[in-house]
Amino acid sequence: MENIVAESSRSATDLLRDKKINQPGNIFYRNLKFLLAGIVFGILLIKGEVISWFRIQEMFRLQSFHMYGIIGSAIITGMISIFLIKKLHIKMINREEVVIPPKKFHRGYVYGGLIFGCGWAITGACPGPLFAQIGSGATVVLVTLFSAIAGT
Amino acid sequence: MWNLFFAIGILIGAFIAWNWLSDYHQININNKLLNEFKNYGITDYSQVVPKEVINWNGLFTLKGFILIVIGGFFVGFGTRYGEGCTSGHAISGLSNLQWPSLVATISFMVGGFFVANFLLPLILKL
Repeated sequence: MENIVAESSRSATDLLRDKKINQPGNIFYRNLKFLLAGIVFGILLIKGEVISWFRIQEMFRLQSFHMYGIIGSAIITGMISIFLIKKLHIKMINREEVVIPPKKFHRGYVYGGLIFGCGWAITGACPGPLFAQIGSGATVVLVTLFSAIAGT
Repeated sequence: MWNLFFAIGILIGAFIAWNWLSDYHQININNKLLNEFKNYGITDYSQVVPKEVINWNGLFTLKGFILIVIGGFFVGFGTRYGEGCTSGHAISGLSNLQWPSLVATISFMVGGFFVANFLLPLILKL
């Protein structure tokens, strides 16, 4: 609802700017920001040690606070971010309103979750960290990645 | 398209951090865990994966095949079926107070606890 209101209240200059941003340009240039965000995320995954197979085993055996601390602080950061985005009506980089669609529950959340959990404990990685593991030189994880893509 | 660029970014970032910004030889893993893994021939924890079992040659052993191929399939299938992983459900979903994400998070923690404590020791003994 908020989104529709924001849409109609956009000024002509806003629309013009939107047009400019959405112009088809160099594909690399347009996606550069995502590449940079990925690089930062990759560095953080390594520095946070969250891609270590051993850290994941510790987590599932309650032998360390490490992973819980990282995931917990990420949730708190996320909460504050969402609160600020809503409060200050912060827009996305392409000036669109941020809309977070509510998740619709279905049984896949339980079964898929269970299966993903099994995979997480076996491989020590969830989808993003698979790329980070490969980047760290564990090239055999390429096979894990292809297998994961086959699973989707 | 954007997620492909993001994924390649993760790869590059990890490469940079691994080679110039970190040293996993100093990673501080619980001793209990390390002692237990010694029994399965896993002693090197300076890599992101236990290189004694997760390596190219290991791919052709039953143990390695389960850890690499079956595990990967579970990650991919589970993520798609459950519509999200750690970041999507545990972090983004919970910080947005979405109850389906809580269900999903509990589900993958249950799955992980079961595998790590009961199934993985059996797999590593293979």
